[in-house]
Amino acid sequence: MGRCASIASLAAALVLGTLGFGTGQKSYVASAQEKASTMEVKIDNFSFGPVTLTVPVGTTVTWTNRDDIPHTVVSTDDPKTFKSKVLDTDEKFSFTFSKAGTYQYFCSIHPKMTGKVIVQ
Amino acid sequence: MSEKKKDELLHDHNRDGIDRRGFLKCMAWAGTGAFCVMKGGVLNSYSLSRISEIGTSDMTGELSFVQISDSHMGFNKPANPDVAGSLKVAVDKINALSRAPEFMLHTGDISHLSKPEEFDTVDQILKSATPKDVFYVPGEHDVLNDDGKQFLERYGKGSKGGGWYSFDKRGVHFIGLVNVMNLKAGGLGTLGHEQLEWMEDDVKHLKKSTPIVVFAHIPLWSVYPEWGWGTEDSAQALAYLKKFGSVTVLNGHIHQTMQKVEGNVTFHTAASTAFPQPQPGKADSPGPMKVPAEQLRSVLGITDVNYVQGQHALAVVDSSLA
Repeated sequence: MGRCASIASLAAALVLGTLGFGTGQKSYVASAQEKASTMEVKIDNFSFGPVTLTVPVGTTVTWTNRDDIPHTVVSTDDPKTFKSKVLDTDEKFSFTFSKAGTYQYFCSIHPKMTGKVIVQ
Repeated sequence: MSEKKKDELLHDHNRDGIDRRGFLKCMAWAGTGAFCVMKGGVLNSYSLSRISEIGTSDMTGELSFVQISDSHMGFNKPANPDVAGSLKVAVDKINALSRAPEFMLHTGDISHLSKPEEFDTVDQILKSATPKDVFYVPGEHDVLNDDGKQFLERYGKGSKGGGWYSFDKRGVHFIGLVNVMNLKAGGLGTLGHEQLEWMEDDVKHLKKSTPIVVFAHIPLWSVYPEWGWGTEDSAQALAYLKKFGSVTVLNGHIHQTMQKVEGNVTFHTAASTAFPQPQPGKADSPGPMKVPAEQLRSVLGITDVNYVQGQHALAVVDSSLA
């Protein structure tokens, strides 16, 4: 799943890059790519850490389940911006945030587990 | 060939003094389910671990059945690397009962990851149980990834909506509820409007003297909301049952036995056939209690404390309610 999201974002960047070629926008896309980074959220003891993560636009966030029990990462909005498959121990889910905003999410199996990604 | 000494270890792979058989033996809790007997309209529930201490007269009534829960087939972490083995222990205990129960209830988390092969394994193991009928309600682990589609295909024949249903056995009305679907961020288990309406209608025409048994995965009383151990709208469901003299609520989910009597309602939670979870608030999270071999016995000792005194019944409802 995580791999799919990364590939999708890479493909989108390539398409944008191709379209932007010769129009003066290529450099913009390139610099956005340079800034893009990866941030980690760990799932431990039935909680997301950090609970609130603030990242720049374009960041890929990767969640890793380090519990003995499966969890999910699901945004609370409708339609859902992101929704992982169930993550067993040590499985990961990645999502690239391409728009600014505050993204609330939770574990749909253990709904007491909530977190937030602030994209600036 | 020399005779094997009584406590000799045959397969001590981890050199921790405990072989597989010893592990299963130590995990007396793991093979547990509850033997339930309806007597004079009142349900008594006995842990299968202690069943040998229960007198035949206490085990005899109008109707008896067994509740098992939280098999988590597919779980393979240190808390219990052999959940199939411990489920078989539960079945052996059921088959050893002097009075065969009429059917079984499984209160959810049959599987760990909703994989077809996990359900298949449980189905296969339960086939060797004496009672042939098994009534299921889903746990949250049974409805992963597909909103319960597979669960309903396997176990939901004749059920309504998201899998709820009712049936009657020897004058007792059983209601199976689903409270693990459409969970909201920050919330607890949920029954939902459609199910509550169905339930209100389902019990409307029953006589007040009809004994009611409700079963669902997540507890229908607030065991520990901080860990999500409760159901948002259970009060509404229980309100529909106020007129009845004898109401028993059977749940799983929390992997330990607990009981509570409130007015006409007796609440029970069943132990898991797979692994124990900590007592409410006694750990950082409700994750599996890991039982490294050297601590196994002490952990099991704690689990034992949960049994109620007096013939080791999990709870006995006041006979005046009959």
